[in-house]
Amino acid sequence: MSERYTLRVNGRAHEVDGAWLGESLLYVLRERLELPGSKAGCEQGECGSCSVLVDGQLVCSCLVLAAAAVDTDIVTVEGLGGPDDPLTIVQDAFVGEGGVQCGFCTPGLVMAVHDLLARVPAPTDLDVREAVSGNLCRCTGYGRVLAAVQRAMGSGA
Amino acid sequence: MTDAATRTRVARGLGESVLRPDGAAKTQGRFAFTSDLWAEGLLWGRTLRSAEACARIRSIDTGPAWRIPGVAAVVTADDVPGAATYGLDEPDQPVFASTVVRYSGEPLAAVAADHPETARRAIEAIVVEYEPLEGVYEPEQAFNAAPIHPAGNVYRHVRIRRGDSEASGAVVVEGVYEVGMQDQAFMGPESGLAIPAEDGGVELFISTQWLHVDRDQVAACLDLPPEKVRLTLSGVGGAFGAREDVSLQVHVCLLALKTGRPVRMVYSREESFYGHVHRHPARMWMRHHAGADGTLVKVEARIVLDGGAYQSTSTHVVANATCFAPGPYRVPNVVLDGYAVRTNNPPCGAMRGFGAVQACFAHEGQMDKLAAACGIDPVEIRRRNALAHGDRLATGQVVEGTLPTLECIDAAAVLPLPPPAPDDWIARPGGAGRTSEASDVRRGVGWAVGIKNLMYAEGSDDYSTAGCRLRDGFAVITSAAAEVGQGFVTLAGQIGREVLGIDEVTLAAAETATVGSAGSTSASRQTWMSGGAVEAACIAVRQRLLEHVAAVRRIPLEELALVDGRVQSADGRVDVAVADAAPGVVFEATEEFHHGLTHPLDVDGQGDAHVAFAVACHRAVVDVDAGLGLVRVVQIATGQDVGRALNPLAVQGQIEGGIAQGVGLAVMEEIVLERGRIRNPSFTDYLIPTALDMPEVVATLIEQPEPGAPFGAKGVGEPPTVSSHAAVVAAIRAATGLDLRRCPVRPEDIALHS
Repeated sequence: MSERYTLRVNGRAHEVDGAWLGESLLYVLRERLELPGSKAGCEQGECGSCSVLVDGQLVCSCLVLAAAAVDTDIVTVEGLGGPDDPLTIVQDAFVGEGGVQCGFCTPGLVMAVHDLLARVPAPTDLDVREAVSGNLCRCTGYGRVLAAVQRAMGSGA
Repeated sequence: MTDAATRTRVARGLGESVLRPDGAAKTQGRFAFTSDLWAEGLLWGRTLRSAEACARIRSIDTGPAWRIPGVAAVVTADDVPGAATYGLDEPDQPVFASTVVRYSGEPLAAVAADHPETARRAIEAIVVEYEPLEGVYEPEQAFNAAPIHPAGNVYRHVRIRRGDSEASGAVVVEGVYEVGMQDQAFMGPESGLAIPAEDGGVELFISTQWLHVDRDQVAACLDLPPEKVRLTLSGVGGAFGAREDVSLQVHVCLLALKTGRPVRMVYSREESFYGHVHRHPARMWMRHHAGADGTLVKVEARIVLDGGAYQSTSTHVVANATCFAPGPYRVPNVVLDGYAVRTNNPPCGAMRGFGAVQACFAHEGQMDKLAAACGIDPVEIRRRNALAHGDRLATGQVVEGTLPTLECIDAAAVLPLPPPAPDDWIARPGGAGRTSEASDVRRGVGWAVGIKNLMYAEGSDDYSTAGCRLRDGFAVITSAAAEVGQGFVTLAGQIGREVLGIDEVTLAAAETATVGSAGSTSASRQTWMSGGAVEAACIAVRQRLLEHVAAVRRIPLEELALVDGRVQSADGRVDVAVADAAPGVVFEATEEFHHGLTHPLDVDGQGDAHVAFAVACHRAVVDVDAGLGLVRVVQIATGQDVGRALNPLAVQGQIEGGIAQGVGLAVMEEIVLERGRIRNPSFTDYLIPTALDMPEVVATLIEQPEPGAPFGAKGVGEPPTVSSHAAVVAAIRAATGLDLRRCPVRPEDIALHS
């Protein structure tokens, strides 16, 4: 069973044609729309590596059927930077504070931190930990990730 | 070894917190992990795995899979053209099981199809008939059980005897300890993209820890000469030991050769739990004898590691567990026996800490018991026995390098303790579950010190190869060292800049076609081994540059030096930037780096088997609600022996990340088995620490440069994981008064005994 539908991702309309309707949004982004920045770490909503914004809501794209995301605004990690400043303040802080090691969880964490700082301008340490607790990282122990959030807050993200 | 000529401070050189060259791309999602790769005509591979842990295979009917539209190939053991088995040390593991299965999750067949869903349906359509057999699931039963494998059930017995086996002391303490099976749980599951080549060979883009040893195993199984199997390292989503063994490499290449099309295979999280080795579960008995003042007289130990169905690195893991059974302490007399055995449980092998982690849990439990029996403070008993440079290990080997055990303990001891928990639900055990009342929470402090060897041991001829090519001030380093997140890509550039005095140093892709082996990214070895190889290659290139300038300018070579990025002569006649010193001329060198010789252990387990050692001390602070059995780890303070911190930011990242894995092992991480079957192969049921679980980490780096190590640096990846779990459990004991013998500590271990 396949159908044609359109997804609006990072401000651009993408035609999806001939796709099986059981495909997740994560799969379609990665395999059909050439947007592999969102990662498949568990495909059951536990690790957060696939985090994207759907109509402004942070979601695990592995848990959303792509066909159910028609008529929404989807933002992926590829859609964060602008043409003039390719790295956002948050992304720059992750690099500068050593919050990146293997980097597999990083796109998801970057999305979660963008979402947090958009909602809560001055989060406490516990706010930050709670906000990223849906994003598993196995390399950093989160210390440099939390430092990156502090730096991004200080930079007015 | 370290070369003084360029010892002036180099921008983005050694000792500086240089940022990762791949960092920006990783934050943007532009960095290509293996699972992100795509090729025209791509097929999806998938593996059929055994549902049984121990069974005879009556039949495998792949017919129904072939009949599914979109299936391009189904392969079984009959399709493997070369060696039917592979293995890191011993080729005892079938590419596909054909007559018997020895563990639940063992591969039986693989398919390639036009869509991952088609591949999944094809796998489910294959019909396997088993004749279930009684398996061996208890390691102690493996010794006397019928052989699970023609090679027998004992992978290795390591026997270490030194001094007087009859010696005793005024104080004797004894204990039995258990460590559960931990998963490396890297975030990026196993993945590979195989593309058939025109010469009949195959290109494999792969996430691994050691390209060349993968290549050799794949080539043998495919019956291809090694040069026709070309591996390229693609983005690796963490490793921690789990990518040392072959997983899907042979399967995906076989499918590509069968179909003549590119095949990508990416494990699901569930399959990842079946697809790689785990940390060996351990059962350990120890008896410590000491004088009344706590000075160790003798340590006795019997350690049994469950190696699971295939050998992997079990023989080395058990050597480490046994060699380091007494921990970083001086002890004149030892009676140590370590066994790694074969069972029908999932295969176990390398994980960060590699045997030392298990032993540490037992020896540190013993040190606390000894401290209590002697009426001595836990810190003081460790200080009194602390192993140092010039002391002998259990194996009789004298520690020739630095070993600042005492300094690590003292550094951790003076780090500030955390304030009392804030009056906030989320800061209490149980967190947002709002379960613990503040009045039920008790705080405890625990200590542990760990030691581990660096690099390969027991006579292994371990080496790394690296190349350097310099032209007009631009250098390219070549190395097959696997970057798995640890930061070798950063370090290689730092070394190049340091030695050559230039800013433009890049690292070429790691691959097997044109570069020699760099050895494995494991055993805390790449900074030393591949760092040493990169240094040697850069020094050779620098020498060629100086020789060239000497010849052109007719100046004696010995009067030239490279200072602050300039080639200068003593008399000042030559003073030119490296970039302008030899326009258009290419200087190249390839060098191999070998570490100092090691030797096998003799019949008494004596010998200079190890290259070097690193220690770390951890102090853990926990809050425990004993009634509910809930633990919150509040803080870990550590003093760590690093030799020299070549990139302090990267070292800090290794320490924090390694401690996270220790905290996980202490309180939450365990693969639960039921007659060999994994009960919790998912992140829903196998828990790893989140940002809310992770304590504050405070660290002091002890920098005593290691003689013989390039730049004096020791590997820093493993020590944070060797003893942090033991410190956390000690802290839980201190908070509850319970004699906790096993980690991870489960809620019922506390709640049902308090």
